Amino acid sequence: MKIHEFQAKQVLAKYGVPTPRGQVAYSPDEVKNIATEFGKLVVVKAQVHVGGRGKAGGVKLAKTPNEAYDMGKQILGMDLKGLIVKKVLVEEGVNIDKEYYLGMIFDRDARKVVVMVSAEGGMDIEEVAEKTPEKLAKIWVDPALGLTDYQIRQLIFDAKLDRAYIKEYTKFLKLLYKAFIQSDATLAEINPLVVTKEGTVIAADCKMDIDENALFRQPELAAWQESEEDNAIEDEARTRGLTYVHLDGDIGIMGNGAGLVMTTLDAVGREGGAAANFLDIGGGAKASVVKNALEVVMMEKPKGVLINIFGGITRCDEVAKGVLEATSGMEIKVPIVVRLSGTAEEEGRKLLAGSNLIPAATMQEAAKKVVDLAYGR
Amino acid sequence: MSIFINKDTRVLVQGITGREGGFHTQQMMAYGPNTIVAGVTPGKGGQEAFGLPVYDTVKDALKAHPSINASIIFVPPAFAADSILEALDAEMPLIVCITEGVPLHDMIKVNQVLQRSPKSKLIGPNCPGLTTPDQCKMGIMPGHIFKPGTVGVVSRSGTLTYEIAADLTNRGYGQSSIVGIGGDPIIGTRFIDVLKAFEADPATELVVMAGEIGGEDEEIAAEYIKTMTKPVVGFIGGRTAPKGKRMGHAGAIVSGNKGTAEAKVAALEAAGVPVANTTAEIGDLVVERLKKLAAVK
Repeated sequence: MKIHEFQAKQVLAKYGVPTPRGQVAYSPDEVKNIATEFGKLVVVKAQVHVGGRGKAGGVKLAKTPNEAYDMGKQILGMDLKGLIVKKVLVEEGVNIDKEYYLGMIFDRDARKVVVMVSAEGGMDIEEVAEKTPEKLAKIWVDPALGLTDYQIRQLIFDAKLDRAYIKEYTKFLKLLYKAFIQSDATLAEINPLVVTKEGTVIAADCKMDIDENALFRQPELAAWQESEEDNAIEDEARTRGLTYVHLDGDIGIMGNGAGLVMTTLDAVGREGGAAANFLDIGGGAKASVVKNALEVVMMEKPKGVLINIFGGITRCDEVAKGVLEATSGMEIKVPIVVRLSGTAEEEGRKLLAGSNLIPAATMQEAAKKVVDLAYGR
Repeated sequence: MSIFINKDTRVLVQGITGREGGFHTQQMMAYGPNTIVAGVTPGKGGQEAFGLPVYDTVKDALKAHPSINASIIFVPPAFAADSILEALDAEMPLIVCITEGVPLHDMIKVNQVLQRSPKSKLIGPNCPGLTTPDQCKMGIMPGHIFKPGTVGVVSRSGTLTYEIAADLTNRGYGQSSIVGIGGDPIIGTRFIDVLKAFEADPATELVVMAGEIGGEDEEIAAEYIKTMTKPVVGFIGGRTAPKGKRMGHAGAIVSGNKGTAEAKVAALEAAGVPVANTTAEIGDLVVERLKKLAAVK
């Protein structure tokens, strides 16, 4: 789960990681008021879940409250890579002496947290990693030991950061690691990490991702789960407790099990179709879940629907009941192809006989049928 | 023969009195009545569930039933890592964790302990378990679709495994063992570990490996396959999945150029593995390879 910069900074502040003073504003007037209160140069930053905000014009400096008002007016409501900016973070400017990059991320292959530091701060770190990998120093953290002083020193020396601030970096990194672990983060990126002219080390920006599986023990972070920027149908699916991803095609797809559904998308793609969504009804789904799921798929206004079930714990007769319940309550003008295999498949197929639903024996046959019918081939 | 489990496996169910644990304990007992011997639910020690004794701790269960050599975990995500650690501490030879949604930082810790536990093997979490047809089932797989034979199956996805195994069974080809390793970013037993076991198993003639987008385990496995004497047939799910989106499994997400379907297919093909385009094609490739093997004999 992505969280906004201002939220990430709240998390950092909670653990004592230094961040600039800042407040969120929803209107140009609020921006002006905050700037007046701070009484100095401020930065106005769009709060949307996209990368490269600065380059896209979503981050602006303002020397006076009136300038801040203008910047707020420019940024609020702007379209940033497809997302409308509804709030900005107004932050006091810091006296930058040096800018570095600091990243903390879960490394899947090492199965550990990796900490990365580069003296090339403030710019595209992907470019640094690709073109000059020697400038990106890395260490991997033993979860039992946590981040140790000698590892931090190693990072500082390898990345050729200013040695005069080793004490400050060490303190900063230890606090950040604590924040990372205790908030179940999978990514924390500080870019830039700033050494101020006053000699303090501060997180001028912060991007943070949280492990969704851990939200049960992070109630404060769970409350930040946003719907406004998501797809409305994805949002509806979430409230119905379904695993759902909106895609750009026009054939609705539901099945049981992530691997099977992904493979069903591939099968439809192979037949020349494009999936409108990914919907996994999960294991052991009852008729009511299936009904719910089909209703959500129909919201995508697909040209056709493919239901692919391989019943293990999931019973095909329950699936058939759910499909019938859902379809009896709505007017459906598009072909719905149903493939039922596995547990109680005979009972399931019997239930569907006589309905308008189109049976298929295998995944491949189902994919071909739905694509042919949907595109009128 | 088989890998990891057989008719002599004696299973402990951690979380036996829960809804999932209870249901699947009965299913597993129906498949191999003698293999399930006891359960654990903290606080319910001394009770009975489905005619099996229930203990408070894994160690208590082991004390009363020294024959136990495997444990299966059906506890909610918040307690799953702790249950795995308890089984590791008891030096359980085989631990299967079915639980979906275990936090990543929990699994980072579990993985460290697992590395220091040479006596134990972990399968999962977020997996369907494993089956050796007509001998033992540990997990939630529908037992009726399998039949004994010589094809080893290993997969990151549950339902995809069923699809593949059922197709093989329908064509008259049985399986030696079927292992669902799970779809999470951190899992205990990886493709390469299962491939090594199949390579060493005299009953396995050929292996089907079904991977999917995300991570680099398929690429690592491909390097090992180059050294194998047994043929491997491959499949990669999620070829049309968009980048950056999480497709159901926590692990099935493509970031950057790592873990793409193209990279995995290329790695497997470079190792001499034919990669099927559809699940039906997996069956075709298996039949073709098995016929070749029979002709050589």
